[in-house]
Amino acid sequence: MAARSGKITKDFVFEKASAFFASVVLFLAVLLFAVLLRESIPALRKFGASFLVTGTWDPVLERFGALPFLFGTLVSSFLALLIAVPLSVGAAIFINEFAPPWLKAPVSLLAELLAAIPSVIYGLWGIFVLVPILRDGLMKPLTKYLGWIPLFKGPVYGPSMLAAGVLLAIMIIPFILSVSREVLATIPQRQKEAVLSLGGTRWEMIRIVIGQHCIPGIFGATVLGLGRALGETMAVTMVIGNRPEIFASLFQQGYSMAAVIANEFAEAGGLQLSSLVLIGLLLMLLTLVVNFAAKGMLSKMVARASRGI
Amino acid sequence: MKRISGTSKALIAAVALSLAVISGASAEPLMMNGAGATFPYPLYSKWFYEYSNANPGVKFNYQSIGSGGGIKQITTGTVDFGATDAPMSEEEMGKLPGAILHIPTAIGAVVVVYNLDKVESGLKLTPDLLAGIFLGKITRWNDPKIAELNKTVTLPNADIVVAHRSDGSGTTDIFTNYLAAVNTEWRAKIGHGKSVNWPVGLGGKGNEGVAGVVKQTPGALGYVELAYAKQNKMKVAALRNKEGNFVSPTLEATSAAAAGVAKSMPDDFRVSLVDAPGKESWPISGLTWILVYKDQKNEARGKAMVQFLKWAVKDGQKMEAALDYAALPKAVADKVDKALRQITSKGKSLY
Repeated sequence: MAARSGKITKDFVFEKASAFFASVVLFLAVLLFAVLLRESIPALRKFGASFLVTGTWDPVLERFGALPFLFGTLVSSFLALLIAVPLSVGAAIFINEFAPPWLKAPVSLLAELLAAIPSVIYGLWGIFVLVPILRDGLMKPLTKYLGWIPLFKGPVYGPSMLAAGVLLAIMIIPFILSVSREVLATIPQRQKEAVLSLGGTRWEMIRIVIGQHCIPGIFGATVLGLGRALGETMAVTMVIGNRPEIFASLFQQGYSMAAVIANEFAEAGGLQLSSLVLIGLLLMLLTLVVNFAAKGMLSKMVARASRGI
Repeated sequence: MKRISGTSKALIAAVALSLAVISGASAEPLMMNGAGATFPYPLYSKWFYEYSNANPGVKFNYQSIGSGGGIKQITTGTVDFGATDAPMSEEEMGKLPGAILHIPTAIGAVVVVYNLDKVESGLKLTPDLLAGIFLGKITRWNDPKIAELNKTVTLPNADIVVAHRSDGSGTTDIFTNYLAAVNTEWRAKIGHGKSVNWPVGLGGKGNEGVAGVVKQTPGALGYVELAYAKQNKMKVAALRNKEGNFVSPTLEATSAAAAGVAKSMPDDFRVSLVDAPGKESWPISGLTWILVYKDQKNEARGKAMVQFLKWAVKDGQKMEAALDYAALPKAVADKVDKALRQITSKGKSLY
């Protein structure tokens, strides 16, 4: 009897302790939100909703708007997805389905190593290697021959929205790649064999089985990559050009939300500081919205996929 | 028996050691805490090291968190001294709990660097040309106005890629102060500050960021600290100063700028050195200051601070050139030394 009640007490303590830890996490999230909100009140009062649609960022006259930063964050992140998703899904299919066994291990190890590189290293590599290559090998010829398309309009300097997008793509490939590989590995061998036994080619096998089975998982991997791209700070600020303006051309400079906070926070005061905190709050809301939207879409997809099978 | 005596010996030794530690604690060095500007950090580190070696009773802990941070920290009183590259504004000084002194410690210069293959260091520019480039009005290297000044070199038919700091910084403050002082359009449209709304150009984070853009981009032009340009052997432009002479940025030319305003130096030392008079003066120069309260709450700490500052404006000045800082001219250093007499604790001078 005594031993039993001792066990119950232990369980009670364990339950309360774990509940406490869980509430700490919740409390931190609420606190974070509350502090961001409190510090951004002066900017909210002054600019209100116009903060979202104003394109000026003038610390001297104290006129602030978040539009160029929102634009820069979204465009560079989606550009990164546009490049990274086909590349990583293609690579994942190759590694899982076609690559000879001796190649699998080194390729996946290298991909994981890419994920371990600190972002400032990516940024430096971006400045010294990627930007000159893009500038001389891609942007200059494109401007020369296709400069009449607004997207490719010059002048070409190097640091640009395109450079930020490409660098971000390289940074998120390891994440999308490894999650996609996990997803592909969950396809039952029997299903694949079933398609092949019916006379399907490997391409048809991949199209049918993966299309049926893996779209939700790959979408989840994409959202993971997007989350990382939205918040990336150091690498982006080093190659994006840090110019708070909106250009149609990918070859022109931009600015991102995380980058302007990192750049100006240390020396800011008053309304500028408050505006930077407000940008932080917006970034937090943006990632929340993206995550919730993704979760909603994901559950729909999962439902559809399971119905399909 | 022997073993026991061995143990007790060890015990005695341990007791003696802990006693030594305790008695040592009473003579523990005074830790002076400071925070602020990053620009003078290498100089201050050297000073603190040398000064603590000569005076083991005082140690320093300096956090280079930026001028704005230094002002915040000294305002809330969490540090013994602050450090800043831009003098405190009237508004900032209004928030202080007591009167503060700006103690100049060194002079910094901001220089114009560029990346042109066929042009060596010393490209000549006038204040209006420089402002025109940063306003986005002069966009080509072979602009007739630039060519006219630089007849001996061939300027390329290429875009000028402007580079500036993307982070808030004292360097930007000095540079924009200069442009606002020499160009009415810049003053009216852009103004000056630690970060401004740049009409054109690429932003780089830190001196290294701007230098990175300039080095990597043919045809780029930007501004960095003199020490940074020197250590990285970048091509620097010569500027026409107030007296109409083209001067190259050197430590001597920077000191000359301070000497140029020495006569009119205000008693609180809150003065801008940009566009300073004097034939040899480099026009984009600025003081950097240590901030201390006039009335020190703690006498011992106040005394240590004053003694250190006395040393810094005298012996410390000899270490500046080796670290690429321009020393205070003697007239200014003497005036600073006198000002240190104003620092008191409970009405008593700590000088």
